[in-house]
Amino acid sequence: MNEHVKGPSAPRTLPRESATFDAYTLSEIRRAAATGIYDIRGAGAKRKLPHFDDLLFLGASMSRYPLEGYREKCGTGVVLGDRFAKKPIELKIPITIAGMSFGSLSGPAKEALGRGASAMGTSTTTGDGGMTPEERGHSTKLVYQYLPSRYGMNPDDLRKADAIEVVVGQGAKPGGGGMLLGQKISPRVAKMRTLPEGIDQRSACRHPDWTGPDDLEIKIEELREITDWEKPIYVKVGAARPYYDTALAVKSGADVVVVDGMQGGTAATQEVFIENVGIPTLAAVHQAVKALQDLGMHRKVQLIVSGGIRNGADVAKALALGADAVAIGTAALVALGDNDPRWDAEYEALGTKAGAYDDWHEGRDPAGITTQDPELMKRLDPEIAGRRLANYLSVMTLEAQTIARACGKSHVHNLEPEDLVALTIEAAAMANVPLAGTNWIPGKTGF
Amino acid sequence: MNASTQSHSFDLSTAKVRDLNAALHALKEGSNASLWRVSNPRGLHALAAGLDAPVTVEIDGPVGYYCAGMNKQATVIVRGNAGVGIGENMMSGRIEVEGDASQAAGATAHGGLLFIRGQAGARCGISMKGVDIVVGGSVGHMSAFMAQAGTLTVLGDAGEALGDSIYEARLYVRGSVKSLGADCVEKEMRDEHKAQVFEKLKAAGLEGQVDPSEFKRYGSARTLYHFHVDNASAY
Repeated sequence: MNEHVKGPSAPRTLPRESATFDAYTLSEIRRAAATGIYDIRGAGAKRKLPHFDDLLFLGASMSRYPLEGYREKCGTGVVLGDRFAKKPIELKIPITIAGMSFGSLSGPAKEALGRGASAMGTSTTTGDGGMTPEERGHSTKLVYQYLPSRYGMNPDDLRKADAIEVVVGQGAKPGGGGMLLGQKISPRVAKMRTLPEGIDQRSACRHPDWTGPDDLEIKIEELREITDWEKPIYVKVGAARPYYDTALAVKSGADVVVVDGMQGGTAATQEVFIENVGIPTLAAVHQAVKALQDLGMHRKVQLIVSGGIRNGADVAKALALGADAVAIGTAALVALGDNDPRWDAEYEALGTKAGAYDDWHEGRDPAGITTQDPELMKRLDPEIAGRRLANYLSVMTLEAQTIARACGKSHVHNLEPEDLVALTIEAAAMANVPLAGTNWIPGKTGF
Repeated sequence: MNASTQSHSFDLSTAKVRDLNAALHALKEGSNASLWRVSNPRGLHALAAGLDAPVTVEIDGPVGYYCAGMNKQATVIVRGNAGVGIGENMMSGRIEVEGDASQAAGATAHGGLLFIRGQAGARCGISMKGVDIVVGGSVGHMSAFMAQAGTLTVLGDAGEALGDSIYEARLYVRGSVKSLGADCVEKEMRDEHKAQVFEKLKAAGLEGQVDPSEFKRYGSARTLYHFHVDNASAY
């Protein structure tokens, strides 16, 4: 007996790859062993996370009346910064462009962002590296970031800005500073940052002259004094402890709080940092809104949410959970032409493919966006790319309005958590909305 | 002061910081040489912040955080001690503190002269980007951290980790240095450097009081300018 189980034709188990040591993990170990340094890349968390996809709108039914899609108005305007600023920002749509530096992006890419955003009546944001005349010129509303490095920071640009965003952290790396590798430190970038050309530039992770919310309150007072209390002041935090961070930002005197979830992008950060620090955007919104509500400041201090916003449904869901506006970064770059399959051959030559390219720090972007290479930069026509961004923003807005009307809302801000249900228990717990088909909010109500 | 100098008084026991700064911001390029005397500052914050006119502001007493922050053109004299971040991000002009200064004096400053007659606390000249800082006494720990450009001249001693992760700024210290930070090394003090120290002392009004050859020079070894695995222990 058992002869048939011997020899080459004998039954065997299939080759089994480890779920723990999967192919990507093995490649990470090999890369680390070969180079001795951690992996640095751009973009945000790529792992599967609970997200807005795990929420659904209920729409109108017997007890709620929808609005007519092509007849009845659904407002989208947002006022940001009317708590203390003499000149609040008025946006026509609740979608803004997040901070991305000149340096990490090319000049024409920054111009395209300004053109697209301005066409739609919304704002762009500078980044770690100062304000360029091109960006100021092409953005009708420009938010000037106040970062730990203070690269290029000066009072003239501060006064030219329409708002000031004090950056405490960002979703891709709460607690981390920045870096811009030498390939992208062109003479112009180096000059703006007062650094030698071609060095690997580090940005500090802590502000040099304040620590904690009590200091921040004084820092904000100084910025208001310098700008004669005209400009809205935002405080941006990476989503980590959004309840307390939002409360402390309000206490510090912020007009607007920006909460950036871990799907939010970066120009260059350690992979291990991007994937393992911070919490998903979905988990951050309710906590931030709760902090504002507990302080009686919801809608008085505005909340901007960012990190993985892709379409009008994401916008509508963030607003329904209580945000006043959203910000997009990665999605805006894709709208400009980043990771476009038309450059697939060149992405492959770089050892990657369209859709996966994230070595933004290397400055060799085939799409000519995350680069300072003069030849690659020419590939992006700022007028055409700006138009593409405006189209995309327009579609997102129409989509958000479509959902809001279906829920019977005459303004996207009238969307509310009661319009939402969750597909998973995790999303229900994080967003504080019931699991679909039940009235169960985990940790809150009975089943 | 010449005959055309106008003098103004501002008493902060009755007027507000906002009123003072608004009045100073309203000054235009042409309204030069005016002298503003500020009394009863009582450690208030953001005094004379954001000036952009060639005026002189004399503050009679201690100031709080961020006095003369982002200064351009103006001369601001503090007859007392200064809180955190005196002259932070100043672009030009002159700031003088007759007493001691707290942490982060001259943080990220791009230009002009910051002269502290007394001692300066921790992180003096942090991320400085071109300013000249002269300290009559000693500076605290982590001074000139990530300093990018400009000069820090210290007549006394320096605390721990001087010039950690420094870029191209030049540090001159007359007394002892408790320890140097990562990538900061002592460098040869050549004639050109002695001349530079003399020039900075002169700008502060200290020429002839101290011999430039008593200073040692510190700057970047430039070994951390590029990420490299063999430097991992320094990061």
